[in-house]
Amino acid sequence: MAIDQFFFYLALLGYLLGTLHYLLHIASRRLSIGRAATYATLAGFGAHTLSHIFRIYALRRPPLGSLYESLSFFAWAIVLIYLITEFRYGNRVIGAFVLPMVVLAGSAAAALPRRIAELGPTLQGVGLWIHVALAIFGNAAFALTFCTGLMYLLQERQLKSRHPGKMHFRLPSLELLDDVGVKSLLFGFPLLTLALITGSIWAEYTRGSFLPLYGRETWSILSWLIYAGLLYARLSAGWRGRKAAILAIIGFCLVLFTLIGVSLLRGGRVL
Amino acid sequence: MEILVVGLSHNTAPIELRERLNVPEQDLPKPLEMMGESTDLVERMLVATCNRVEVYAVAEGPIEGAVEGITDCLATYRNVPKTDFLDKLYTYTAGEAVRHVFRVASSLDSMVVGEPQILGQVKTAYSIAQAREATGIILNNLLEQAFHVAKRVRSETGIASSAVSVSSAAVELARKIFGDLTGRSVLILGAGEMAELALRHLLDDGVRSVLVANRSYDRAVALARQFYGRAVTFESFRQEMVGADIVISATSAPHVILKKEDMQAIIQQRRHRPIFLIDIAHPRDIDPGCNEVDNVYLYNIDNLKSVVESNLKERKREAERAEVIIDREVGVYLTWLRSLDVVPTIVSLRQRVEQIRGTELQKVLGRMGDLTPEQREAITAMSHAMVNKILHQPMTELKRRAALQDGHLYTSVLRRLFGLEEKEK
Repeated sequence: MAIDQFFFYLALLGYLLGTLHYLLHIASRRLSIGRAATYATLAGFGAHTLSHIFRIYALRRPPLGSLYESLSFFAWAIVLIYLITEFRYGNRVIGAFVLPMVVLAGSAAAALPRRIAELGPTLQGVGLWIHVALAIFGNAAFALTFCTGLMYLLQERQLKSRHPGKMHFRLPSLELLDDVGVKSLLFGFPLLTLALITGSIWAEYTRGSFLPLYGRETWSILSWLIYAGLLYARLSAGWRGRKAAILAIIGFCLVLFTLIGVSLLRGGRVL
Repeated sequence: MEILVVGLSHNTAPIELRERLNVPEQDLPKPLEMMGESTDLVERMLVATCNRVEVYAVAEGPIEGAVEGITDCLATYRNVPKTDFLDKLYTYTAGEAVRHVFRVASSLDSMVVGEPQILGQVKTAYSIAQAREATGIILNNLLEQAFHVAKRVRSETGIASSAVSVSSAAVELARKIFGDLTGRSVLILGAGEMAELALRHLLDDGVRSVLVANRSYDRAVALARQFYGRAVTFESFRQEMVGADIVISATSAPHVILKKEDMQAIIQQRRHRPIFLIDIAHPRDIDPGCNEVDNVYLYNIDNLKSVVESNLKERKREAERAEVIIDREVGVYLTWLRSLDVVPTIVSLRQRVEQIRGTELQKVLGRMGDLTPEQREAITAMSHAMVNKILHQPMTELKRRAALQDGHLYTSVLRRLFGLEEKEK
């Protein structure tokens, strides 16, 4: 087993333990279990970072070339953004929603072929790597928007029903969920915008076509439009809460389809 | 030596009787002194609240005598005939007594399970008894452990996490909508005891600005002054709702004063910022349809009551989990208590020293080469003699002390000095 692979599996184990403990933390409310969840996730994140470093060393290029690599990087970026959120807000309940997604993304990556693809000369260059990294970071931020949107809908239903149950006590306040939702959106959107711009420039440069009208690009633009609409509605029309949450969920489903669905349709090629 | 709990509580005695036997906090030392003089309780403390009057004690002699001494003291001190409360008394000893103290401190035995006051009351009672030197190593340990258990129960179960009164349920819902309530504003329509109670709770939680609207402007001004708020005219309440986060409505209007259409217009002007409407008026002030408007959360008095009911059920479920924690902690405490007995302490001290003697003797004999049987015998005899001579004084003293009241202190110190605790684990 290559060393990067070893650390990748170690990271996956950390995330799995993190997931279990975050869920147990919600069920048991024990602070010690919550702390264990954070430590496991931090350890997983550390191992994952090492895995990337070893892979970069072996490939002599950023680990963003195949679906395996970008999924793994995607999971890593989600964890990074989540951990920052946890430290800032001091709330671990969100982890119980985010970490399962990380494990899912990580496991999907683990199931994919890990061989190092030879990339053609058109698929090299700093501009392309920046484009991919920006897109993945932007989408990772949207993963958090998605989770808090989901949690918002759950909590909102509890409050509207006037029969708040177990979930009600465990979930954070609507205010906090909405706040994390809008902040992650504000963080992700500029990244996605820059990713689209750099992507277009790169397409123009290599393929001579400025308008990327086929495949992934179309879907990317569609999800960008949804997030742009969401941001506009939030900032100018004062949209918030349920509608904003639903739009964030739809937007992220599109992102997932763009990232994974289109690649699978095209036989596992990312670029 | 036996831990003993004698008392009565809301579970066994009516409020009239509890009131007659209750001892105010500042008077607690007196009955403690009385018990110290007239009974053979080596350690004792008295917990007296409006829901319980209980004595926690360590009895030297037979239990029956100790119980009688305690009841005599209570009866004489409060001047209540014994026959009035004798059949309401419960007596727990040993493990059952330990469990009872843990349950009381953890608020599992309270009328409202999970209420936070009882822990403070037990702590006060304990420090009063401690200051009078009425407690010793056993009660000190028992109470310290009880406080630890209470803390565990509080943090690891949800018995205290949900509101069980209508006004605190309203505050809790507000916190689930707005998060931190610091700096939020509340608008009161009408007046009434319930509205004021809810307002007080909200103010405790950091709500800062209070607006009061009443059909009688003078009453609005009076109420506003009471809460450092601002009075507004009743006609303008819809405009004021644009700025307020929480609205408590308690007018005596015979019909709905806020329709769904009004609410839709208001939420538009609020730019969809969430608003929490609490309608405690009867008949209702706010059209129930308002709850269908996005970002509006409307609770009427019946909704709040059903929240309280389900919270109480939740507390009961959580209380079962708390009992499991208590079971485990009682076990831990009893193990410690048993270790304080003199006989096992002497036995394990002997074993420890014998073990050292054996190993050291083998080492020395091994190093000395060829010895005659007589020489070996002499060295072995010397090791025995040394051990016995060294142990003689502490053992005799320990046995003598064991019969006195501070015997447990000696065993406890001895066990720590010789590291006998670790050996058992």
